[in-house]
Amino acid sequence: MPDSAPVQSFVEQFDALRGELPGAALPWLCDLRAAGIERFASLGLPAPGVEAWKYTRLRPLETTDFLPATAHTVNIDHLPTLLPQGGIDHRVIFVNGRLMQCLAMPGERPEGVELGGLADALRRDPEAVGEHLGRIGAPDGQALLALNTAMMRDGLMLRVKRGVSVALPIEVVYVGAAGPQPLAFHPRNLIVLEPGSRATVVEHHIGLGAGAYFANSGTEIRIGEGAELHHYKIQDEGAEAVHVATQHVHLEANALYDAFTLTTGARLSRHEVSVRLTGPGAECHLNGAYMVRGKQHCDTTTTIEHMAPRTSCREIFKGVIDEQARAVFQGRIVIHRGAQQSNGHQLSKALLLSNRAEIDTKPELEIYADDVKCSHGATVGDLDRDALFYLRARGIPEAAARAILIEAFLADTINEVAAEGLCPALMASIGHWVSSATRRAAS
Amino acid sequence: MGYMLEIKNLHASVDGKAILKGIDLTIGPGEVHAIMGPNGSGKSTLAYVLTGREGYEVTEGQVLYQGRDLLAMSPEERAGEGVFLAFQYPVEIPGVPNTTFLKEALNAQRKHRGETPLDAMEFIKLIRRTIKDLGISDELLKRPVNVGFSGGEKKRNEILQMAILKPTLAVLDETDSGLDIDALKTVADGVNALRTPERSILVITHYQRLLDYIVPDRVHVLAQGRIARSGGKELALELERTGYAAFADAAA
Amino acid sequence: MAVSIDTVRQVKEVTEQTYKYGFVTDIEADTAPKGLSEDIVRFISAKKEEPEWLLDWRLKAYRHWLNMPEPAWANVTFPPIDYQDAYYYSAPKSSDGPKSLDEVDPELLRTYEKLGIPLREQEALAGVAVDAIFDSVSVATTFKGKLEKQGVIFCSMSEAIREHPELVRKYLGSVVPARDNKHACLNSAVFTDGSFVYLPKGVRCPMELSTYFRINAANTGQFERTLIIADAGSYVSYLEGCTAPMRDEVQLHAAVVELIALDDAEIKYSTVQNWYPGDKDGKGGIYNFVTKRGACRGRNSKISWTQVETGSAITWKYPSCILQGDNSVGEFYSVAITNNMQQADTGTKMIHIGKNTRSRIVSKGISAGRAQQTYRGLVRISAKAENARNHTQCDSLLIGDRCSAHTVPYIESKNRSAIVEHEATTSKISEDQLFYCRQRGLSQEDAVALVVNGFCREVLQQLPMEFAVEAQKLVGISLEGSVG
Repeated sequence: MPDSAPVQSFVEQFDALRGELPGAALPWLCDLRAAGIERFASLGLPAPGVEAWKYTRLRPLETTDFLPATAHTVNIDHLPTLLPQGGIDHRVIFVNGRLMQCLAMPGERPEGVELGGLADALRRDPEAVGEHLGRIGAPDGQALLALNTAMMRDGLMLRVKRGVSVALPIEVVYVGAAGPQPLAFHPRNLIVLEPGSRATVVEHHIGLGAGAYFANSGTEIRIGEGAELHHYKIQDEGAEAVHVATQHVHLEANALYDAFTLTTGARLSRHEVSVRLTGPGAECHLNGAYMVRGKQHCDTTTTIEHMAPRTSCREIFKGVIDEQARAVFQGRIVIHRGAQQSNGHQLSKALLLSNRAEIDTKPELEIYADDVKCSHGATVGDLDRDALFYLRARGIPEAAARAILIEAFLADTINEVAAEGLCPALMASIGHWVSSATRRAAS
Repeated sequence: MGYMLEIKNLHASVDGKAILKGIDLTIGPGEVHAIMGPNGSGKSTLAYVLTGREGYEVTEGQVLYQGRDLLAMSPEERAGEGVFLAFQYPVEIPGVPNTTFLKEALNAQRKHRGETPLDAMEFIKLIRRTIKDLGISDELLKRPVNVGFSGGEKKRNEILQMAILKPTLAVLDETDSGLDIDALKTVADGVNALRTPERSILVITHYQRLLDYIVPDRVHVLAQGRIARSGGKELALELERTGYAAFADAAA
Repeated sequence: MAVSIDTVRQVKEVTEQTYKYGFVTDIEADTAPKGLSEDIVRFISAKKEEPEWLLDWRLKAYRHWLNMPEPAWANVTFPPIDYQDAYYYSAPKSSDGPKSLDEVDPELLRTYEKLGIPLREQEALAGVAVDAIFDSVSVATTFKGKLEKQGVIFCSMSEAIREHPELVRKYLGSVVPARDNKHACLNSAVFTDGSFVYLPKGVRCPMELSTYFRINAANTGQFERTLIIADAGSYVSYLEGCTAPMRDEVQLHAAVVELIALDDAEIKYSTVQNWYPGDKDGKGGIYNFVTKRGACRGRNSKISWTQVETGSAITWKYPSCILQGDNSVGEFYSVAITNNMQQADTGTKMIHIGKNTRSRIVSKGISAGRAQQTYRGLVRISAKAENARNHTQCDSLLIGDRCSAHTVPYIESKNRSAIVEHEATTSKISEDQLFYCRQRGLSQEDAVALVVNGFCREVLQQLPMEFAVEAQKLVGISLEGSVG
């Protein structure tokens, strides 16, 4: 059992801050926070005995005291963007979990789109927030989401009204600015797409400074009937960061959730997504790529629940693990009783580039309906030796040949990304990682 | 001697949608009838209704086979009584060798008819003889039923089953589709070999081509779920020239 | 060999009841008092005139067992087991063990004949030596003389403890330690008999070895222990079959099987498990909580598990391979069929330690009725397992909309040169296939049996001939009534 001191420390932080957290005057929110801290205290930090955390232990949280982050500003001119227009899209920036700037492109902010920070929304229209906040996820066993619920201050608030289509991607930049002391913050995002609406959200997590911080985010997404959300996440946190993202997505009939996650950052990361397909015809694409090295630990845990007939999902995750890094992929597809004529397909592929790297994969199918088509596949291995030899036989040096093959391995997950303009940035990100990996190997 | 098959005012629907809307058709012993028609006219539905496939609901009408109520029988009873369907898309059954399948089917039908099952030796002899006549390779017999077969191999395999099972009424559902000319001849030879005064054959096809080799006694045009026209073998040639457009318009 | 539907039908016709082996034999039994305690452990050990070291080993296991938690991770549910409500020792009554088959109670011989396992050698299937275990005790071992000529030891575990204590002491618990899990721990404390096999260096066993397990007495747990040692360069194929009477109360079967393969040795272990599964509503049946594990200790050694699991109310079983020797090979071929209220959580573990080790897993699960089935498998590649290879194929077939099928593989790799591939599919039995068969004249049930046998073929082919035929019949019988 992990030590209970870190749990106690968070509980004390909560007690000290509870009066000044946003919405302190709202009884429903106070109750929600109180229930959150209670659940967190009773669950404690996830331990390896918990099946969902079999392969990931949150050692930095057990050994480091993270203090609550305070308001902080950074020079946004230096923040990278992933979108080709260079900052003329909708752009929302959070620093250490608090809204710093919300820019919407002039003239392109259609009627019926509410975009900004959660703290502002709680001030302006608490009832609208209360309708969804803490109601989309079912975080019974999720200690860190419970902690987030207790401690949340701010985060993305996006609401798209019925039938409205937001043409340009909304870029949300989460900056982790390390300070002299290890800091913790708990961003909470709420995305509500009303029936027939459509939006694209690009999350970009980046770290500034060298120190440790703990970004513990919680995200709730509701996609109404026939609505469509494209959700891309680039996780490039600082080298000492602990990144835990717990996300719940609720889809109604004929809704689409299309997600892609690219993970390169953080010392320790856990990307945990639960998707519930509650209406007939709902569809989900959950894809991603991860590239880790050094002593990084990267955990991707997904659950897709088919709760209605004719629902479908497709999931492809690919990863490259170098040096002493370790990756974990746990993917669970559940087809509930009555969710007939559903189909689910999942693929997990990992390349181990070093003899000290490790991968633990647990793809899971849980099927309670008979008229279904489900499959999963998982492979673990090194680069294809024949292909490597073939390239070298054509005169390509080994390092370059390896780089080409790694990029090719990852590229087909990128091809799943629907957002125009985002693919080159993602490919560039992969290219950058691969070339620096080869440089590191050479030196 | 009565009729082999009498279809009277047959209505059938799939998923609540009416496909067959009053078919009348009579086939005598020893006759070969062809049913032609555009895509979606209900040709395959007719084949499945005759063989008792689930999901094909008869809403009105009657089908008599050798004077008995065909629709009251289960699919395997119909097979045992001699009704055979050469499938348009023969089904793959992984892990079940072709010979095993044939032997199980043949002996199930023999049992239905109160005959003793063939033992392994008798069966092998029968099958050797038949594949030789049909120009089918030994190797095809060992492979699992239809798994990895080419389109032509699947159709030949249907004819092989027909030759072994020796049905009284054979329904051929687009057996010619996707076949090159050599395969088409093999299939036609297999069918013609079964033409006897006691046996009847219903050939369902989109094209006239097959009927050059299996010459029908009667040709019917199925359009919009009804027999729109019947005639002799020359009707097939006429359709080849004019196409089905006239029938589509007439019924629309 | 094709499935003979006629045979299936004959079996059906001969027995009005669904479970063919559900009869009870009326035999006088020597039974220990009900319940479990140190005294019972001592009683069993004393009954078997065991050496001190073995009694100590049992007692250590028993004391550890008292505080051990039940494994809770499997996807099965059942009320807590009352370990005090069972008999831990029941033996057919006779003062000394039979010296020859002529001394065996004729009632027992008739029982085995009813099961289709004639123990009299002149009537036995040529080429199969049988050790018959009735309740907890080995009643007869056939063809011993012929095997002894080759130096093959095939006897009951009790006899091995008396006659070959050095081998038993060296290997017992060396693959499955007493504390491995609660069920194995209980077995270590109270095991009563089982089969023992030793293959000397370079010997290819001249015949199939077979053990037939039968639980007869009421309220009796069966705790047999099997130990097979294949010395360098030897080969053995071992078969195991099981049945039990139909009883309303649940019976526990907690066996342990340990296999050891030394350099260049090969062990092929096949099981057709047909314990009583309980009735349609889940009343009664066997809890089959079995720990089976093989160690490929030598270079180029091979252990192959094949199982056809159709019986038991609950199956909890993961025949595994520890691939220690370089170039060693582990295989797991499994067919599991659950119908009505049966539950099964079964699979394998392949632990790659040596270089160039290879493993292959083929699992075919069929779930019908209201049954629940889980494939659970672990493939672990340790850092030193250079060039290790694993391929896993897991297919599940669902028949009816009240059953479930789960696939839970764990894949852990620490070696970059290793290649692990896992594929799994789940689908329903195809209506197209069933209609195709019926159009050719097969009944609905025969069509299901044929299609499912095809689905399982890759596994059934691994079984020795005599078992393959039996297994194909079982596939059909087990699924009776599953398609309306």
